Amino acid sequence: MVADVSIPIDPLRFLAPDGALCGAPPAEAIAPELALRLYHAMARTRAYDSKAVALQRTGKLGTFASALGQEAIGVGVGAAMREEDVLAPSYRDHGAQLLRGMSMTENLVYWGGDERGSDYAVPRRDFPICVPVGTQIAHAVGAAYAFKLRGEASVAVAIIGDGGTSTGDFYSALNMAGVFDVPLVVVVNNNQWAISTPCSLETAAPTIAHKAIAAGVAGLRVDGNDALAMHHVANRAIETARSGGGATLIEALSYRLGDHTTADDATRYRDPDVVRRAATQEPIARLRNYLTKRGLWNEEDEARLGRENAEEVERAVEAYLATPPQSFAAMFDHLFAQLPPSMRDQYEEARRFASDGARHG
Amino acid sequence: MAELTLVEAVNRALAHELEHDSAVLLLGEDIGVNGGVFRATLGLQQRFGCERVIDTPLAEAAIAGAAIGMAAMGLKPVVEIQFSGFLYPAMDQLINHASRLRHRTRGRLTCPMVLRAPNGGGIHAPEHHSESPEAMLAHVPGLRVVIPSSPSRAYGLLLAAIRDPDPVVFLEPTRLYRLFKQEVADDGEALPLDACFISREGRDATLVAWGGMLHEALAAADRLAEDGIDCEVIDVATLKPLDGETILRSVEKTGRCVIVQEAARTSGFGAEIAALLAERALYFLLAPVKRVTGYDVVIPLARLEHQYLPSVDRIAAAVRETMEASA
Repeated sequence: MVADVSIPIDPLRFLAPDGALCGAPPAEAIAPELALRLYHAMARTRAYDSKAVALQRTGKLGTFASALGQEAIGVGVGAAMREEDVLAPSYRDHGAQLLRGMSMTENLVYWGGDERGSDYAVPRRDFPICVPVGTQIAHAVGAAYAFKLRGEASVAVAIIGDGGTSTGDFYSALNMAGVFDVPLVVVVNNNQWAISTPCSLETAAPTIAHKAIAAGVAGLRVDGNDALAMHHVANRAIETARSGGGATLIEALSYRLGDHTTADDATRYRDPDVVRRAATQEPIARLRNYLTKRGLWNEEDEARLGRENAEEVERAVEAYLATPPQSFAAMFDHLFAQLPPSMRDQYEEARRFASDGARHG
Repeated sequence: MAELTLVEAVNRALAHELEHDSAVLLLGEDIGVNGGVFRATLGLQQRFGCERVIDTPLAEAAIAGAAIGMAAMGLKPVVEIQFSGFLYPAMDQLINHASRLRHRTRGRLTCPMVLRAPNGGGIHAPEHHSESPEAMLAHVPGLRVVIPSSPSRAYGLLLAAIRDPDPVVFLEPTRLYRLFKQEVADDGEALPLDACFISREGRDATLVAWGGMLHEALAAADRLAEDGIDCEVIDVATLKPLDGETILRSVEKTGRCVIVQEAARTSGFGAEIAALLAERALYFLLAPVKRVTGYDVVIPLARLEHQYLPSVDRIAAAVRETMEASA
């Protein structure tokens, strides 16, 4: 496939920050049912996200990476995926993961320092959260190759941040996806910051989407704070991949309204006025304004959804806090399919000195 | 039974598994039409097609990473890295992902991949073609590190590696690829992983080696036998997890041990074996454990390579020293 080398700089957008329609959205992209689904999912993600940050602040959770202000990306992508597709997420993609079936409790267990949080009851095939930046794109390429080889109608989707596109792994994996012509979608959450490094110091390319050109795959830009446009673009790319049309790189423009993680203090390197302005673009208020204007949403709906989300989050937190600690043996379980006999001594030493330990970091 | 070189035995093992297990596939640079730079995959693409014997772009990290994704989705990828000196870009994927995928997902996703790479020096290759990174790999929890020392062991151990449900790094001694032939039954019989092999029985001293150095150790044992020194020679074969029991039993019998590795000395795998003996066999020892190793220098280019690699002379001298120390 010859890649489109005329990637527009202007991102695709259906919703203006005030929720007014703009551009020329196809009817299915702004269908009420879809818009409501995306809104519910974003509100649920934020309710979870803000509680996770609060738990960390009160010492009940380890370091957490908030998705504040970037909910439309995860939700747009997650809603466009089918159950049989596979997600290779980064550490900021609980929006997509929650939509795909990962429970809030599992995510809390993970950030609480317990490997059981990556053993998702659903979806079983999704990759665990990837911390080494950009490296999971190669896993998604391999997964996509497996789908193609077996004739499965599944698509692999990887999500990374803007900083991840500076890595060799990003380029080499995207290049391999182009060569192998596999059903892959790579979504770059361009939230403008790689910890304290602004996107302008990450690349001199005109846009991140242009990096697709070198890999010979399709590339495009979308307003990542516009859930409708985000979903539309992700859906199109995923269905293109599913129908044998190859890989797509999507640059989704957003802004990281929170810190990089709870261990970071973004006030050290960011202008508060810029952050305040960015907050006026955020995706949840934008879609709410749209829904309200269309008469699909009102204050009562909002209050009810808020209560439902709060209740779900509370139940998840209770389940998380009630999760019994792992035995010392968990360190050895699952390292290999069977513990090598030569590690028996280490196992016995750990048993001898085992203690309950602290539940929270 | 066919007489095969080590590289031919590797080829037969790969062919056998491709033939008998549709989940197995190969990927790497130049492995298809060209059959790999050492011809380990010669003819396999013609036989099994380019979807299962995949020529990849030149990107070791992406090759290893894609193999992880394939393995997680139920395939059994066998990666070829052209030389172990080119393996370092893939280390991130091996260490951060392949080795821990099963552990961190509590067994939900697994990584049954094999990463093959020619290993070690002795073939007058250019820079970065003679590395011996086995200790770095053996240090990684969750990785298996296997190094065959003969065609038959290469065949049987590679079958075992491919069938193993966890990631295996399979380091093939470059120098042995075509050094000698051996009868190998292409019968699909695997050899055990995680086991040392006793290559020669003896009573006076234990020589412990792996890969290319096994042959130096055996040659040294032959020479020492002329002087009445009877050496037992152990082929470690799987470095991690280490079958320490076989080594300990041997040293308890002989009371002396010389460890031979071609990698640089400091923090090499020989140090691990020496520590094992210090912890568990000290009171059986009649002389201090000795190591014969490469030096802590950059592996020299061809003209000095023979000065670097442990030689029969150096190994024999080390054994004589342990004999004298306990006389």
